Amino acid sequence: MTEVGNESGTSETPDRRDSAPGEERITEHEMAGGLSGYLLGFGLAILLTIASFLAAQTNLIYQPAVISALVVLAVAQMGVHLVFFLHLTTGPDNTNNVLALAFGVLIVALVVLGSVWIMAHLDQNMAAMTAHQAGAMP
Amino acid sequence: MLGKLDWSAIPFDQPIPLGAAFAVFLAAAAVLCWISLKGYWPYLWSEWITSVDHKRIGVMYIVLAMLMLLRGFVDAIMMRTQQVLAIHGPGYLPPEHYDQIFSAHGTIMIFFAAMPFMIGLMNFVVPLQLGIRDVAFPTLNSVSFWLTATGALLVNISLVIGEFARTGWLPYAPLSETTYSPGVGVDYYLWSIQISGVGTLLTGVNLVTTILKMRAPGMGYLRMPMFCWTSLASNLLIVAAFPILTATLAMLTLDRYLGFHFFTNEAGGNQMMFVNLIWAWGHPEVYILVLPAFGIFSEIFSTFSSKPLFGYRSMVAATMFICIVSFMVWLHHFFTMGAGADVNAAFGIATSVIAVGTGVKIYNWLFTMYGGRVRFDTPMLWALAFVTTFTIGGMTGVLLAVPPADFVLHNSLFLVAHFHNVIISGVLFGAFAGFTYWFPKAFGFRLHEGWGKAAFWVTLVGYMLVFVPLYIVGLLGMTRRLQHIDMDLWAPWLVVAAFGVLVMIIGAALQIMQLVVSIRHRDKLRDETGDPWDGRSLEWSTSSPPPAFNFARLPHVENEEPYWSIKQRGIKEQSAETETAYDPIEMPRNSPTGFVTAFFSTLIGFALIWHIWWLAIVGFIGAYATFVVFAWRDHGDYEISADEVARIDRHRQAAQLAWLRNWERPA
Repeated sequence: MTEVGNESGTSETPDRRDSAPGEERITEHEMAGGLSGYLLGFGLAILLTIASFLAAQTNLIYQPAVISALVVLAVAQMGVHLVFFLHLTTGPDNTNNVLALAFGVLIVALVVLGSVWIMAHLDQNMAAMTAHQAGAMP
Repeated sequence: MLGKLDWSAIPFDQPIPLGAAFAVFLAAAAVLCWISLKGYWPYLWSEWITSVDHKRIGVMYIVLAMLMLLRGFVDAIMMRTQQVLAIHGPGYLPPEHYDQIFSAHGTIMIFFAAMPFMIGLMNFVVPLQLGIRDVAFPTLNSVSFWLTATGALLVNISLVIGEFARTGWLPYAPLSETTYSPGVGVDYYLWSIQISGVGTLLTGVNLVTTILKMRAPGMGYLRMPMFCWTSLASNLLIVAAFPILTATLAMLTLDRYLGFHFFTNEAGGNQMMFVNLIWAWGHPEVYILVLPAFGIFSEIFSTFSSKPLFGYRSMVAATMFICIVSFMVWLHHFFTMGAGADVNAAFGIATSVIAVGTGVKIYNWLFTMYGGRVRFDTPMLWALAFVTTFTIGGMTGVLLAVPPADFVLHNSLFLVAHFHNVIISGVLFGAFAGFTYWFPKAFGFRLHEGWGKAAFWVTLVGYMLVFVPLYIVGLLGMTRRLQHIDMDLWAPWLVVAAFGVLVMIIGAALQIMQLVVSIRHRDKLRDETGDPWDGRSLEWSTSSPPPAFNFARLPHVENEEPYWSIKQRGIKEQSAETETAYDPIEMPRNSPTGFVTAFFSTLIGFALIWHIWWLAIVGFIGAYATFVVFAWRDHGDYEISADEVARIDRHRQAAQLAWLRNWERPA
């Protein structure tokens, strides 16, 4: 289905909100466009991966901070993927994608944090009992 | 060779399922014979089964939903009669059969009646309201429909080959684990829901893409009709929530098939996690169902009050508010599971807060009617019944949202009455209202008003007669899913409820009658203009039924009610928009991909249920091969020539011009 984009394109400048999926063209000056963009992203992803391994397996970082460092590197890794491979930008034509990402993050956070909270609370209320305690229950 | 399948799977010793299956088989055979004798197969194949037209797929969804609605209704009739006949007695349904019936009733009504009905209406209406030619991915749409049909088929096969789940419509672990449910019932549930769930998820992706990316020129977000907004919210919820269902059921499947311990009693499993996860999907699910219905009612209140929708922007805000908050309330389905007061209070408050969004909508509908010229056609009657009875159901819901009250009412018939009260008046009345409202658009003739009104009143009375007594017995302490009853206190109310079911049977019969009478008198009920209800949004600007390409030229949208302004201009200037230049239109070609994929999916599902591993492998290979063939196709589109478009559109213009000349506001 490409009529929408084509029809508006014949008479006036194409309105990108009205173009069909897959029709967006990556313009030259976008940071993450083209082959060089993919190579740059690949390079960064490799670097971040190596950095994670170094952080975990050497003594370069103060030991108690290793976990925090890994979290930071993981978030950076996600950022690289979003920008270089999924072409998420702050441009006006990218509002939908940014909103979709925000919605996804919100839902995942709600479900994961909510589940953890609920299940932790159940553990509090139903702590493990010894056989003797269980026998004493009404 | 055949896994667990042998002759013992057929319930020869149980006359009821065997008789029912035999009757269904005879009816299906008769229909197939009739189609063959009349030579309709080529027509059915090329115009319907392989169709990728969103309108055809929408109609097929609704046909499936109506058939399954009848099947689920038969289950409901059996449950209500059993409870009357089993007062101080065994009744006529043995416990293992009764358990299957209430499980099948819930499963079928939610997944195969309510969901396809709403998805069918969205499929049919959304592209027309957006002023475009089809959904974003037409063939994927066909795949979605046929996968849903596969799920429905598997559930119905369980009637005669094997058994269905005895666990209730959500198979709570550990009851659904192999230790306590060793049969194939839960497997039937798992695979039919997984396969149709894939279809639903694809529909969600498809419609979200369509609404976000494919609106007619000039239709900004805040010019979309309300139904498109609620469809967007509903499909966003599908995309966000259905993966949770898929993952949860996949974990249960691993438990049952490969000896995992996600939800088992032993080896570190946690069955409470199942309850938690299934409701993390389950609560958004009820909004997935009811949001499109809210959209339908918004369209109907506006059209039949001859006024724009009151508070359009607040309605949009309320819709998106419900969309987000529906993910913050799921614990209210299991207040009694043992979380502490902090958790229960937080979710109880969130549950009460979500009623605010719905309250905004109710007031907007009331103010839409206020000062308007209200016409009481059948769709409007359903909408009015919705507003009144849904408010009652909503208030009992707020009552149940209070954790201490819920501890008393949990698992009682009060709860059952509450959710039927909201789901029947919300979803079912919405479906009937939308069906009556858009039927002329789909088929070119109206439904008969007299039979429709009779069906409405009888159904409304029957519905109240069934569920008001259930509220009362719930307060009297009756729990849900009882196979027999020993309390004399409950008996009279159960008799009233059973009588109410009888009234609802008459209502269903009247509705079938309405369809039959309307089809027989279709020439008298013909809608020539494409605008039978004095409508306001774009679907009424094209002919009834619309041509394959929907609109000869894509409409240019300048405000919230584009067709209304076109119409007013036309009436004032006594002219229809005359178009002289037409372009050829490219439309997607029909494809059997959906049907063939669903055929192989049926094999996969059936084979996995019965552990016929070779057949499952054959099915997987077949389904993957179908995908590859489709991906490598050479011609995805065909062209409708400009002359053909012009011929079809001039016909529409002539009809609309004739109508404008004799224009008179409907009384």
